[in-house]
Amino acid sequence: MKREIPLLIVGITGFAMLIQYFIPTDWSEFIFTYSQDWVIVIGILALPLGIWSLIKANVLKLKVPDERFYSAVLLAGFLAMLVTGTKRESLEAGSTFMTIFTNVLIPIQATIFSLLAFFIASAAYRAFRARSVLATILLVTALIIMFRFIPLGPISTANLSAVSWILSVPNMAAKRAIMMGIGLGATATAIKIILGIERTYMGHD
Amino acid sequence: MSLISRIIAAVMILACTGGGVLAQTPALETLADTLGPPAPMPPSHVVIKDKTNDAGHGLIITWELSVDDGGGRDNVIMYDIARSNSPDGEFTSRGIVPKGVNEYEDADDQAPTPTSPNPDYMAAGSTWYYRITAISDKQVRSETSDTAMGVTEENLFHWGKLPILVAVVLFTAYILNFIRSARKGKKLYVRPLAGINAVDDAIGRATEMGKPILYILGLGTAGDIATIAGFTILARVARRTAEYQTRVLVPVQDPVVLAVAQETVRTAYLEAGRPEQYNPDNVFYVTALQFPYVAAVNGIMLRERPATNFYMGVFYAESLILAETGNIAGSIQISGTDQVAQLPFFVAATDYTLIGEELYAASAYLSQEPVQLGTLKAQDYLKAIIMIVIILGAIAITGKWTFIREMVTINL
Amino acid sequence: MKILDKIMLIDRRWIYLAIGLAVIIPAIWSFEVPVTVSPEVKRIYDFVDQLEQNDYIFVAVDYDPSSLAELNPMTEAIINQAFAKNLKVVIVTLAQFGPGMVEEITSRLAANHQKIRGVDYCFLGYRPYPAITILAMGVDFRVPFPADYYGTPLDSLPVMQGIKNFGDVKGVIDLTAGNTADFWLIYGNGRYGFPLAIGITGVMSADYYQYLQSGQLFGIIPGVKGAAEYEDLVGFPGRGMEQMAYQVIAHSVIILFIIMSNVAYFATRTKKDKMGGGAL
Repeated sequence: MKREIPLLIVGITGFAMLIQYFIPTDWSEFIFTYSQDWVIVIGILALPLGIWSLIKANVLKLKVPDERFYSAVLLAGFLAMLVTGTKRESLEAGSTFMTIFTNVLIPIQATIFSLLAFFIASAAYRAFRARSVLATILLVTALIIMFRFIPLGPISTANLSAVSWILSVPNMAAKRAIMMGIGLGATATAIKIILGIERTYMGHD
Repeated sequence: MSLISRIIAAVMILACTGGGVLAQTPALETLADTLGPPAPMPPSHVVIKDKTNDAGHGLIITWELSVDDGGGRDNVIMYDIARSNSPDGEFTSRGIVPKGVNEYEDADDQAPTPTSPNPDYMAAGSTWYYRITAISDKQVRSETSDTAMGVTEENLFHWGKLPILVAVVLFTAYILNFIRSARKGKKLYVRPLAGINAVDDAIGRATEMGKPILYILGLGTAGDIATIAGFTILARVARRTAEYQTRVLVPVQDPVVLAVAQETVRTAYLEAGRPEQYNPDNVFYVTALQFPYVAAVNGIMLRERPATNFYMGVFYAESLILAETGNIAGSIQISGTDQVAQLPFFVAATDYTLIGEELYAASAYLSQEPVQLGTLKAQDYLKAIIMIVIILGAIAITGKWTFIREMVTINL
Repeated sequence: MKILDKIMLIDRRWIYLAIGLAVIIPAIWSFEVPVTVSPEVKRIYDFVDQLEQNDYIFVAVDYDPSSLAELNPMTEAIINQAFAKNLKVVIVTLAQFGPGMVEEITSRLAANHQKIRGVDYCFLGYRPYPAITILAMGVDFRVPFPADYYGTPLDSLPVMQGIKNFGDVKGVIDLTAGNTADFWLIYGNGRYGFPLAIGITGVMSADYYQYLQSGQLFGIIPGVKGAAEYEDLVGFPGRGMEQMAYQVIAHSVIILFIIMSNVAYFATRTKKDKMGGGAL
């Protein structure tokens, strides 16, 4: 029964939402909105699980010499934001919470994102070699796309047309094909879940 | 009659009968101006129909254009559509359409609330009366058309989505048919996938090196299909690591994903017969934010130096950061995502990539269960049907036959 | 041959150093880069340009501060154009950490153009779950946002008088670094049919050209280059055009490295390639 009841819930709910999609009435819309609200509620209810996991893992790591420093920084930051964020005025400009957010979190996030610039260079250096026909096509296409950033006078105009063609025709053809496959795969997976064929997410007892 | 009387009568007759000609003279044009510019003729044959495929909150109003629209005096510039809830009540304007247009959709599905009353709300089953007025370029309104009545109707089925329903039913029928064939023992061929074939070798590498495996489920929620596919591969990987007694680390970005991932790994260890080796701290929550999650995972990669990295799920801009850091750490990397924008990064930076639906197909490949393989074959057959429809549709459109396009068009 | 072998196996830190210098040098010696405007950017500019005074446009600023370097220039260019044309602007953010950043941008640009909050523009604030929020706004902005970001009820704001939902705005421009554009396409343009354009990071742009062709989008501003083009069009040069210098130098360095790598590869082709990496 421990497996059958969840399977039944998944099957009935999935089938009901499938039927709901084709019914345009007010009560159908209400069911959709109501179920979406429940998704939000479940997500919020699950948040303490995540927070407990985070704190537990890092408190345990305080005992490990190599991990101690990073875990200590994490727990200190967590406590700082928790304490400063509980006040009603914490979201106002100038509050301690917003000061830490603006001057620490935002620059750090931008810094991590900026690593992409360096990693793109090293990945391109390693991967864009004409080892085969396909690799050569990749290389030439990448070079054409990259040249659009470099002002080369009349060559830029011609290059822009080539870029536009590449993005609008072969790129779109490939993307549409991949997306059709993804659409079919996603539909198949959803049907398998509703029919109870796909059960890995449920675990075992 | 005397001569003078005859002359006076003649002048009077001329004045009456010759008025049209005499009106052209400057003196008589002033008279015409004071009477005002001419009003256009009204539209006619107003027909009200229920708006289809809705919850009963809309009506479609059509009419025959005024004769002065594109003909006659040709002075119509727009039409005003007015509505009332009774034939004798006050008619208020609902909208304006330009000349040449003879259709208007009137809809309002915002139900009134105590704080937000909405007198224009069109409830299902409500009756409305419409009149159309033509307006000239001199802002002169015609007489109103005849009053027409319409009743809103709630529709129980959205016919515009019929192609979707047909596709889903067809697809499900194919799936069930191939599952039945597979269960009867029919051998189903699926082409080999390098990324899937490399999974066992990659796990073996980690065991030989004595290093852990890092499994990253990406930034999706537990409801994302790619994440669910990630759970399937995680189950397989976790089972192998349980058998080989290799550590698997699973940092996650969503609390619900955490719960499912922990259950998946625990079950895998149970099925491998090593439940005591399962360590729930190896599957842990990091953060909900994108780049802090990347920073944490990169830190784990550079400290733990895992032998193998799996990236299976939904990824965004962080995909290359993760893959390159894994490269720096010397890990063998197998990736799979349905995010088309990230596929080039994974192809360039990881050793094996599962592209889009190959990630979803992983469960079938890894389990080799007939039921799972049957679903794959159904996907292939439906893809073939789609290809045929596209080719036939392209030929039809070239020949200006639109029936195939109309057949597959979805009207939301 | 030894040098070529070294080039093949170059330590990645030299590449990082070169890229680092490529972005530092333009910061010290900046120069102007001539910009060629692409049609998909011009369409958005033309759309906003043909609107009349007091027309409404809707701007969704759906990115976190981590993407502000690439997307802030286009956000500012669009809002600058809207304010210069005396359009009414309704702004929302569906990104969790967007509100502070959006508040700063709108306040600053409003002050530059002498625009008054609540009269000339409205910042609705943030709500999670983009799909649900977009669907609700299509019914009435007041459903997900009974008050604006500052807590003022929408009904008491002059700028929100007489507008209820997307049917009352001329178009929507979504600026995003994530998948929010997909939500606007499906639940916004797909459900309510309003004109939709997007401003996205460069790496995402290849994904969305198909929607231009299908007519679901009327324009795309792709990355910093698109932002620079838009700034050039509106005549408010900003960070977008400044960053073009970095783009030019960095891209040139990467191209040089790629050429160098291929030259070394072909020269050492007879040797076994030990580098590996990639599935090609």
